[in-house]
Amino acid sequence: MSDVYVLGIDMIKFGRYPEKNVRQLGAEAAQLALADANLTIHDMEALYSGNLMQAGAMVGQGILQEIGQTGIAVTNSANACATGATAFREGWTAIKAGLYDLVLVVGSEQLGKMGLLGGGGSRKGIPKEGLLGSQTMPAVFAEAGQEHARKYGTTFEQFAKVSVKNHQHSVKNPKSMYQKETPLEMVMGAEMIAYPNTKLMCSVNVDGAAAAVLASEKKARELGMGRAVRVKASVLTSDPFTDRDLVMPDVNTCTRLAAKQAYETAGVGPEDIDLVELHDCFATAEILHYENLGLCGDGEAGKLIDEGVTWHGGQTPVNVSGGLLSKGHPLGATGVANIYEVSTHLRGEAGARQVENAKVGLTHVIGLGSACGIHILEKA
Amino acid sequence: MADDAAAKAPLPVVPYLKIPADGAPFLEARQCSGCGKIFLTERNTCAHCGESGLMQAKPLADTGSLYVYSIVHRSFPGVAVPYVSAIVDLDGGGTVKGNLINIDPDPEKIRMGMPVEVVYQIAPTKDADGNEYLTYYFQPAA
Ligand SMILES: [Zn+2]
Repeated sequence: MSDVYVLGIDMIKFGRYPEKNVRQLGAEAAQLALADANLTIHDMEALYSGNLMQAGAMVGQGILQEIGQTGIAVTNSANACATGATAFREGWTAIKAGLYDLVLVVGSEQLGKMGLLGGGGSRKGIPKEGLLGSQTMPAVFAEAGQEHARKYGTTFEQFAKVSVKNHQHSVKNPKSMYQKETPLEMVMGAEMIAYPNTKLMCSVNVDGAAAAVLASEKKARELGMGRAVRVKASVLTSDPFTDRDLVMPDVNTCTRLAAKQAYETAGVGPEDIDLVELHDCFATAEILHYENLGLCGDGEAGKLIDEGVTWHGGQTPVNVSGGLLSKGHPLGATGVANIYEVSTHLRGEAGARQVENAKVGLTHVIGLGSACGIHILEKA
Repeated sequence: MADDAAAKAPLPVVPYLKIPADGAPFLEARQCSGCGKIFLTERNTCAHCGESGLMQAKPLADTGSLYVYSIVHRSFPGVAVPYVSAIVDLDGGGTVKGNLINIDPDPEKIRMGMPVEVVYQIAPTKDADGNEYLTYYFQPAA
């Protein structure tokens, strides 16, 4: 089967665009990615569109209405916060299968200032929120973090340091929603949302879009490998049965399963990874994923953040883009934006935030419910 | 009419809360007799072993221990905060989520692993038809 290459990839600056609609945001990212690949929509054989909140709105076709209705196959995907990575993987799958040589992937989302997410559940009877615990996302991920605290003594301060790090990283990313440092006292002293997650430890709801042009090996050779990035592994898992999963969503087991498959497929280990963009939807989550992705042993994640290993300049920088915490988290765009970030470093084009000599990188997203998407990328 | 409504027994807040006509309320899960895994919701097939038709009623204990919690300071409009959202492992099996009450919403006061008990009370809100609901809470074990 053909290897799959990223020939073009880009994202719009994450932020709030109330004057635009989601198809315009997606179209903008699509055209940036096409231009990056020096191709046009007429070269694309299929479009894979990821969008969550407007999953029924045929967003992919809407994007084509903005940039060129060429009659190609359009697949719209929704997979919670793993939506963008899922759309990317759908494109990868089609090229792997030999169906196409060139496809376009677009992840888009318009969240605006939407407040707390989560808390769905049964509409029957009386509301359960605040009566039978909390289903809000900050609380669910607080509880996931507390499991780590219970097992290993991880502290509020260690969780908070994740946010200090990612906000500091974002200062050098012009496409991040925020570019502002947040010292530890500021993070810990911010409004408490769901202990131990303060407001600055929750990802930012923003609008955004990111897009990629994927190519078969044959096509990539034909067009030139100069700036191409090889997709060494594309893995998607769902949550296997675990005892508390149905009451307390388990984001660990599906990540561990995906990481194992991704490392095996790519033929690399965590020690070979030069940078990671992982799903820091809440500061507590990032700590869990250090261990889930094998960046350290079980119980060592607190030490990892304390010792600076995952900071820019450390051994394995994590979320040098600013992460979901500062760059922002437009659900359907997030998974493609993570791939953009890693690809940009592999191409040596990340400017002031460039991770030196980056050869191999990993991206990770989690959609609660649950889905985990992991990609391992390598400079071609 | 008003008398009829008042005389009506409260409804269970969730299907896994059972209210016998004569006796104390309790929580009841479903258990796969093939592999022993416990589920709070009705199902025909076990999500763990995949066997069908083996689900049996499994009354849950009213005692257990606090697995993890979060103190919720911001929730949806109209929801009183702060409150403690808790996940509790019940003695004899079964994990249930609910509010932990009769404890200060303060991380210094709440200990993961602490023994808790299930208590049953009328919920503070009624539905649009005026029906009352019986709900459950956790509190530190006496
Ligand atoms: Zn079973």
